[in-house]
Amino acid sequence: MENFLQQALNGLQLGLVYALIALGYTMVYGIVRLINFAHGDVFMVGSFLAFYAIERYRLPLPAVFAAAVIGCGILAVVIERVAYKPLRNAPRIASLITAIGVSLFLEYFTALHQVFGPNYYAFPRPFRVVSFHAGEIAVTNLQAIILAVTVACYLVLRFIVYRTRVGRGMRAVSYDVVTAGLMGVNVNAVISFTFGLGAALAGVGGVLYGIAYPQIHTFMGIMPGLKAFTAAVLGGIGSIPGAVLGALIMGQSETLTAAYLSSTYRDGIAFLILIGVLLWKPTGILGKPRAEKV
Amino acid sequence: MAILDELLNPYWIQIFQHACVVAVSALGLNIIFGFTGLFSLGHAAFYGVGAYTAALLMKSYAGAYGDGSFLASQAAFLGSLICGGVAAALLACLVGLPVLRLTSDYLGVATLGFGVIMKVVLDNADAFIPQLGGARGMTGIARMTSIPWAVLALSAAVLLVRNLVHSTYGRVLVAIREDETAAAAMGIDTFRYKVIGFTLGCSFAGVAGGLYAHLYAFLHPSSFDFFKSFDVLMIVVLGGLGSMTGTLVASFGWTFLLEGLRVFLPPEYIEFRWVLIPVLLIVTMLLRPQGLLGVREIPILQSRVNR
Amino acid sequence: MMLEVTGLAKRFGGIRALDGVDFRIDRGELVGIIGPNGSGKTTLFNVITGIYRPDRGGVAMEGESIAGLPPHRISRKGIARTFQNIRLFPNLTVMDNVRIAHHPYVRYGPAAAIFRAESFYREERRIREQVEEYLALFSLQDRRKELAKNLPYGDQRKLEIARALAACPKLLLLDEPAAGMNPSEVRKLMEFVLDIRARFSLTVLLIEHQMRLVMGICERLVVLDFGQVIARGIPSEIRKDPLVIEAYLGRGTSSNS
Repeated sequence: MENFLQQALNGLQLGLVYALIALGYTMVYGIVRLINFAHGDVFMVGSFLAFYAIERYRLPLPAVFAAAVIGCGILAVVIERVAYKPLRNAPRIASLITAIGVSLFLEYFTALHQVFGPNYYAFPRPFRVVSFHAGEIAVTNLQAIILAVTVACYLVLRFIVYRTRVGRGMRAVSYDVVTAGLMGVNVNAVISFTFGLGAALAGVGGVLYGIAYPQIHTFMGIMPGLKAFTAAVLGGIGSIPGAVLGALIMGQSETLTAAYLSSTYRDGIAFLILIGVLLWKPTGILGKPRAEKV
Repeated sequence: MAILDELLNPYWIQIFQHACVVAVSALGLNIIFGFTGLFSLGHAAFYGVGAYTAALLMKSYAGAYGDGSFLASQAAFLGSLICGGVAAALLACLVGLPVLRLTSDYLGVATLGFGVIMKVVLDNADAFIPQLGGARGMTGIARMTSIPWAVLALSAAVLLVRNLVHSTYGRVLVAIREDETAAAAMGIDTFRYKVIGFTLGCSFAGVAGGLYAHLYAFLHPSSFDFFKSFDVLMIVVLGGLGSMTGTLVASFGWTFLLEGLRVFLPPEYIEFRWVLIPVLLIVTMLLRPQGLLGVREIPILQSRVNR
Repeated sequence: MMLEVTGLAKRFGGIRALDGVDFRIDRGELVGIIGPNGSGKTTLFNVITGIYRPDRGGVAMEGESIAGLPPHRISRKGIARTFQNIRLFPNLTVMDNVRIAHHPYVRYGPAAAIFRAESFYREERRIREQVEEYLALFSLQDRRKELAKNLPYGDQRKLEIARALAACPKLLLLDEPAAGMNPSEVRKLMEFVLDIRARFSLTVLLIEHQMRLVMGICERLVVLDFGQVIARGIPSEIRKDPLVIEAYLGRGTSSNS
């Protein structure tokens, strides 16, 4: 039982990091109906920015987060302008293909010696990780920080989406782009902001991931990106609480499979759950069913 | 003559065969996505199932090809290719029956998930069939694929797709892509035809997989992961959804571009290969969002009953 | 008896789109369904054609129950329809749009198509000739190779009716066929509907907003409001029915929008 709780705690840690990435997927999809495959690589860039901020510039932790958040945000806005915006009125598949292109580009470009380099790098710990024991279960200060940061991010996000002008714009655009534009919403600005906001969260995730799983390389974003995207679909893509719920499920299924079955089945079980859920609820757990107008 | 020698060197011959194999698989995805409009991100899984099935059969039951006659071994190869296609088709039908109830992006995600699951299965396949090799890869496969086989398979695939597309069955598939509700109102059993289109397209991947296995004589699960599904998807979209000509052009263009860059880039810049390719991909998509050829076809692939 | 609808009910969330609808149509009749916006007319069509499953009630085609069957099965019982918001196959040619409707009657298998057997050519020739007839009827023959999405609006409406006829229905459902037409076009459409009814011995059920069309050609009318039948009868009676007048005018909506 203690072991199970310990594993569940580890699963929670992973799930929280996935949640930070999944939120970006779900927001972008909600607004432009694009599966932004490059999002996982933006998360990777966040990790590397944090790596340099700590290793080379010895910045304090808040500044490390700021570097990752700002860097990722700018990167995502640039990507959107260059690779997605020109295709907004093209068939949807065209921007999906450029998203895959951007993803490959980010992975291989940053792997060049002149950029981040092709190796695995040890991510420096910006603080000492200490465990607190509660009975048989060990909780680390790192886990507490991950929980606190993720919850804070979630609350800020909800505040932005439901309590601010730009958030109202986001909801309007996700409901109907054309009408939102006619009602005076600056659609381009809202879309850019959404990409930036999602990427900023991925940047936070990148920092936390680096600290928690301290080995980074330029292809590290692929699997977490895929898992987070899956989580967003699982929870109901377009839904903010859904993304978090899906991510927590993904984190648990992965950790528990690795602990009790075999780590080789980890990815398989996660996707079995996904397919099972979709067959039960075709638009995800918290997704709204979309009725077609006939 | 020097150019001819260069073109006829075994390396390029192999690449040519590979391009044919890729084209067969991509034509399959074009049936699924281009003509029927089913968003599948799991094509490589069916490619892998065909590859492993054909290789296993050839290895287990055609063991006599060392001393067997040439004809017998070729016949065995044809048989295992067909079995590869059938295995992929059976699996596609099995997966399609539940999954094809999903629509658009959800279907894409479910098939992507299926691709990941298949990769896990292949990674652990040695646990139940040791010859499959699991994560260590499968070796000892005969090099049976040759230019005639590759060209024959591709020609058959092109002919089949052409004749099917320009018949009532092809029109049904396209109608489903265009408007499923209207198609159903015209008396078309849309779900049945979605399963058929998906199964047929996946069987192409299965046959292509068998050819691939016997071209490189080595199989590894990583050759069939979801990235490889993206590769086929990119080819089909780049060529133009619903254009057979486009698929052929993009398959050959893509395969030769990948290998060409490997050969012609100076060694110190070789790691720029995968920096250039995505840039080319993005630029092409920005300039031609409908694909290189849109829905155009060369005359031989157009419908004759149409005029 | 061509079609009989009994106690049909369908709700979406808290909205009763259909609430116990009864009516019947005899062979060869031309019946109009009218009612204010949101009264359930299109939902009725969608339930009859199987796009939605009814919550309660029955639909019988020539005495045979079809309620709850999938759309393609219902279509094969001899019901064809058009859609309020035109649902053609936009990237198919005019010719192919009509050819699709022949699919249930095609007598060659996939193998015959792949190997280009004689039966394939014979059938395709037959289909082609029939399609040409339908296109000529609608004066669309010169546009046969154009993509449906490139047709002008009026031709798209015509093509949709042509496609429905090509499915060889006994009962034709037209959902606001005159939407977006000017008075002279409406007059032509009226003549046209009467003409095809006679030529193909059809029974026609049409939804319409334009009173001119319904009053002009329909032999009987069924009036829906809030998912219920509030009146039925011949046009001259319906015109005077106080319930109908209230449904249309009582809420201040125009009757010929």
